Formats: sequence, C-alpha cells, structure tokens
Amino acid sequence: MARKRSFLIPGVDKRLLIKDAVKVMPDLTRRRFISGGASLGALTLLAGCDVLDSDQAEEVLRKVSKFNDAVQAWMFNPDALAPTFPESAITKPFPFNGYYDVEDAPEVDGKTWKLEVRGLVDNKKSWTLDELYQLPQVKQVTRHICVEGWSAIGSWTGTPLRDFLKLIGADMRAQYVWFQCADSEGYNSPLDMRTALHPQTQMTFRFADEILPRAYGYPMKIRVPTKLGFKNPKYVVSMEVTNDYKGGYWEDQGYNSFSGN
Amino acid sequence: MSSLAATDSQATREGVKTIQPAWVRTMHWINAVAMILMIMSGWQIYNASPLFDFHFPKSITLGGWLGGALLWHFAAMWLLMINGLAYLVTGFATGRFRGKLFPITPSGVISDLKAALTFKLAHDDLSTYNYVQKLLYAGIIVVGVVIVLSGLSIWKPVQLYYLVMLFGDYPTARYVHFICMSLICLFLIVHVALAILVPKSLRAMIIGH
Repeated sequence: MARKRSFLIPGVDKRLLIKDAVKVMPDLTRRRFISGGASLGALTLLAGCDVLDSDQAEEVLRKVSKFNDAVQAWMFNPDALAPTFPESAITKPFPFNGYYDVEDAPEVDGKTWKLEVRGLVDNKKSWTLDELYQLPQVKQVTRHICVEGWSAIGSWTGTPLRDFLKLIGADMRAQYVWFQCADSEGYNSPLDMRTALHPQTQMTFRFADEILPRAYGYPMKIRVPTKLGFKNPKYVVSMEVTNDYKGGYWEDQGYNSFSGN
Repeated sequence: MSSLAATDSQATREGVKTIQPAWVRTMHWINAVAMILMIMSGWQIYNASPLFDFHFPKSITLGGWLGGALLWHFAAMWLLMINGLAYLVTGFATGRFRGKLFPITPSGVISDLKAALTFKLAHDDLSTYNYVQKLLYAGIIVVGVVIVLSGLSIWKPVQLYYLVMLFGDYPTARYVHFICMSLICLFLIVHVALAILVPKSLRAMIIGH
C-alpha cells in the first residue's frame, strides 16, 4: 500500500487518474476478476452468506489458491522427471507466446548482455554470455504446457540451473530464485528452490540445437518442464536467491504462484 | 433448516416412505453447485485456447478472464472431489448403488427406452428406477469419475504421469476432459427437463419424499 501511495501526485484527482490509466492499459492487464451476478450468487450459496461483495469473493479465492500452492508443494516429487520425447515429436513450428507480439519481443545485444546474480550467493559476479557458454550443457526434449491449456514439444539445451547455483555458492536452503527479464514491463517470476534444484530445470541457451532465437528468449531462458509456461521466463537478465516472496508478472495478476505440472 | 427437519420427522412418524435420504439430497445439491461452478469456469478456461472452432459466450462463463476462471476452477474442484468421493463411498457402503442402479440389462434398457420415447413410461414409484434411469445415473457417475481423473491429469501431468498414461498423453486428456463436460451438459438438459416434467421427483430431492 505504501508503494501505491507514493505514486499519488498532489492536486490530481486519484479517481480520474485511475480511470485514465485503466483506459490506457492493454485489455489483459486490466483486472476483470469477477464477472456478473452469477458468480456472486454462486459464492453466496457456497459460503452461506447473505451479502458478499466481489472483494470478499476474491479474498476467498486467493486463500484457496494459497492453499493450492501448499498442496502442490506437497505433491511435488523432486525426483519425478517430466516425460521426454524423441526429436521427431518436436512441434514445428514451435509457437511464440508472450503478453507482447513477436515483433515487440525484447532485442538483447548478446555482446553487452550480462547475467546479474544477486541475493544469498557467495559469488555475485555477473556472467557474460561467452562465460556461460563454457559451462557443461545438456539437451532435453520435453513438453511445454501453457496456462491456457495448449502444449508443444520443444528441444532445449543448456546448463542445469542446480549446477550453476552450486557454482556460484547459492544458499540452497533459501526459498526462491527470482528471475527478472529484459522486456519493457519488467517480466519477473519466482521459482521455489526445490523446483530450481530439479534435474531438468535448465538455463537454456539453445533451441533445436541453434542459438536461442529472439522469439524464444535470447540470450537466456529458464526452462522448467515441471512448471507451466509462464514460469519459464525468457530474456532473463538477473537472478536473485532470496527468502522473500517477490511476486511475479502473472502471479500478481492472479495466476496460481506454484503452477506446477 | 429447522422447518425442513420438522417436515422430515413428521413424515417419518406418519410412515411416509423416504425416497431420497438426507445424505443423497445434501450431496446432490452440493454437487449441483460445484458442477455449475466447474462448468462455467471451465468454459472460460477453454476460451483461452479453444480445442474446436468455437468459443463460449462470455455471459455464460465464470471468472472474467483466464486467471479468474482458473481460481474458481481450482477452488470448486475441492468441493466437487470431496463431495464426489463421499458420495461414492456412501453409495457403495450403504448398498444404495447395488439396490438402485443394478442390475442394468440391455433388454430392460431397450424396452424402457421405447416406453419413454412414446411417453408410456410410468413414474408412479419414485423409489425404483427404470432401466433408462439406471443407465443414465450409473453412466453419469462413471463420467464424473473420468472427468475428475482427466482433470487431475491436465493439472499435474508430471506428478501424476501414470494418470496421463491412462488417457494416452496430455493433449488427449484435454479432449477427454472436454468430452466428459459435454456429456454432463447433455445429461443436465435431460435431467432438468425430466425434473420439471415430474415435479414430485424434484420435491423428493428437496424434502426427501
């Protein structure tokens, strides 16, 4: 709340400001949580309450989503591998997906790009792309599953994240690895440490044996086959090992935070 | 609630036969709410990436957008699953399934279906199901089990990989989930239409007799 208040400008009607801001926002980022009376009526039945406004409904749903985070963490088996596929099963063309169109995808200069490392790690040095390319890489052909329901099989090659975390002396008992990306709106996403240490969680540098194309997240993507697609950040510029839940681009808008497969 | 309970005990005293015991009625209506929430939010989720060349009108969906619909879907799923599981356990344990739904014979189904289509099927005794009812009610329980299993497969395709294998693969499980939803909707149309045509069956599901 304190963060929100600091945005207020003296002499500006905050209601009008919000109204104008909402008009400018792209459709998807607008909060359209509860639609119509049907949903409220249904929840009234569920909770046995006479009056429920949409804020209360939202609050209940958020609590259940938190509960679902815990259930998924309990279900998560760190040794269970996502199924792998033969190269012939790869989806061609592999779909581009993002909150922006492909022509608006970030254009990162690989020569000047550096991966910034922050938080609970021994060695906070930044890594150039050439340095990262020196690390041992493995290939995986796995199914990418989008929160929207569609899925596609792709081939990703890169360094297991857990090897890199070991290399930089990360505190493996920390709660999250938090990634930030190069796009204009500052995409970010937290990854729980147990998933970060999963053998198939990967710092990806190649797609289908080619240098990761811009559409799929050049220069580096985090491939997590045990998570939905939106928890596989592209155009990654920094990672932070942390015990704080820092939220995420879609997580903050209501997508379930754990979103494990 | 108190007035319902009073009616119940009065009925028992006067020896009126209870057609739908309290546990059936309770679980039926909880299931009705959960199903409607699941179907309406499911349509909104479907709209995010349609399997076929159509989408559901926004006015009949729940959640407003994909993120909201997913919150509804993954909240109502607990209601559906826990209530459904309790219903299955009680149904088997009390012998209700055995007594009410079985046996189902093909000849019985055919003759009752003919009678139903020519409006000659009697509904005098609500405590006994005819073969069409037996088939539909047993069938919809199976569909209910399959929609939950396919739903769990879509939700956790890595952790519950053996479940996904049951359907073949992840995309197939999505189609199975959709087909089960369609079957439930078809069932609902017939089920609600018949409840309106035979109001005493609706009364029995509300007050028990």
